[in-house]
Amino acid sequence: MLNISGLKNGVVIDHIQAGGAFEIYNYLNLDKEDDCSVAIIKNAKSNKTGKKDMIKIEGPIRADLDILGALSPNLTINIIKDGTIVEKRHLSLPETVTNILKCRNPRCITSIEQELPHKFKLADKNTGIYRCIYCEQRYSNRS
Amino acid sequence: MKHVISPLDLSVDELDAVLSLAEKIIDHPENYKTVCQGKKLATLFYEPSTRTRLSFEAAMLNLGGNVLGFSSADSSSASKGESVADTIRVISSYADICAMRHPKEGAPLVAAQYSSIPVINAGDGGHNHPTQTLTDLLTIKKLKGRLNNLTIGLCGDLKFGRTVHSLIRAMIRYDNVKFVMISPDELRIPDYLRTEVLDAQNIPYKEVNVLEPVMPELDLLYMTRVQRERFFNEEDYIRLKDSFILNAKKMKYAREDMLVLHPLPRVNEISTEIDDDPRAVYFKQAQYGVYARMALIMTLLGLDGDGLC
Ligand SMILES: [Zn+2]
Repeated sequence: MLNISGLKNGVVIDHIQAGGAFEIYNYLNLDKEDDCSVAIIKNAKSNKTGKKDMIKIEGPIRADLDILGALSPNLTINIIKDGTIVEKRHLSLPETVTNILKCRNPRCITSIEQELPHKFKLADKNTGIYRCIYCEQRYSNRS
Repeated sequence: MKHVISPLDLSVDELDAVLSLAEKIIDHPENYKTVCQGKKLATLFYEPSTRTRLSFEAAMLNLGGNVLGFSSADSSSASKGESVADTIRVISSYADICAMRHPKEGAPLVAAQYSSIPVINAGDGGHNHPTQTLTDLLTIKKLKGRLNNLTIGLCGDLKFGRTVHSLIRAMIRYDNVKFVMISPDELRIPDYLRTEVLDAQNIPYKEVNVLEPVMPELDLLYMTRVQRERFFNEEDYIRLKDSFILNAKKMKYAREDMLVLHPLPRVNEISTEIDDDPRAVYFKQAQYGVYARMALIMTLLGLDGDGLC
């Protein structure tokens, strides 16, 4: 059972791939959400995958959370109201994502043309693998 | 409008049509010498590749068209910092079709997104080179008479060799194609190709280290270069390189009708002593490269219709 102690109204982003929480934190610009208090939990124990990260956010959040599936497959979003989970969302993986994932391949055209949008296509639904549309390199949130 | 950025951008049917047209051109090149009169091909080569550029230019000239372009980044506006998108927008108003070579992967795709003329990828880094694949397929089809029911040997650097990866992806679209991969362990095909492509589609293949024992099984042998810099140390390179050099002694094990292909340039992986062997078709393959590009240019310009045979 998900521990939401301390949260009254907010969101728990759960089942983030271990090590992926900071990327999501940065993508959501949580450092600029002045009305929210944010807790990052790294390497929490998970029955499903062994280890996972979580982000707990107390307060109103403006960002669109549905796009996060591309950053970390299997991630779930729990909406908390008055101290209980009122909604649990399993995100479906978007077919394409623009300027969310960054291509880090130094041989890719995006490495020399800064104005190009970084676009990724879902290559495999089961494993959540995304590939850059330009160089076809697989997205990896390591390195 | 159609662009050809990846070898799989043409469906099997479209590919068949291009290959049939190329075969007609091989048989009667004189019938095609004015079909592109008044048309211009721009060759936008951000890195030098003389062989590929000349092949494109010869193709357009054979069709009665004209060519313009640049052959390195220094002689283009890229050296002044112009983006690929801006360059292609301008070139679109100068030419009817373009062939782009670029050291960065995906540059021709960027061009295609902003272009109002067909873009052909003439090689983007280590990524795609669809006209090489088209050339390989034309050579096989013309000289073997088929693209199905083939056992294909791939020899040399199978890890970094993009021509081999593209050939595998193109050939598995035909029935009953098997692969025999001959390489040092260090240079076997990448894992993703094994799992996502070959295993995923149940394509039969085997991986071996020695050429001689598998030679009799092969309908064709595709040779690639094993480069010294791919090895961690000189010793391994010296120890292994001879195993992957094709010579007259090894050719004795091959069938009478086995073909030897190579994307060229070769260094020493094919001994010159077999150049006169009728099974060695790599120079013919280079010649077919021009015909393949002629057929592709005509197709993308919409000039492949009736009345031309
Ligand atoms: Zn990329």
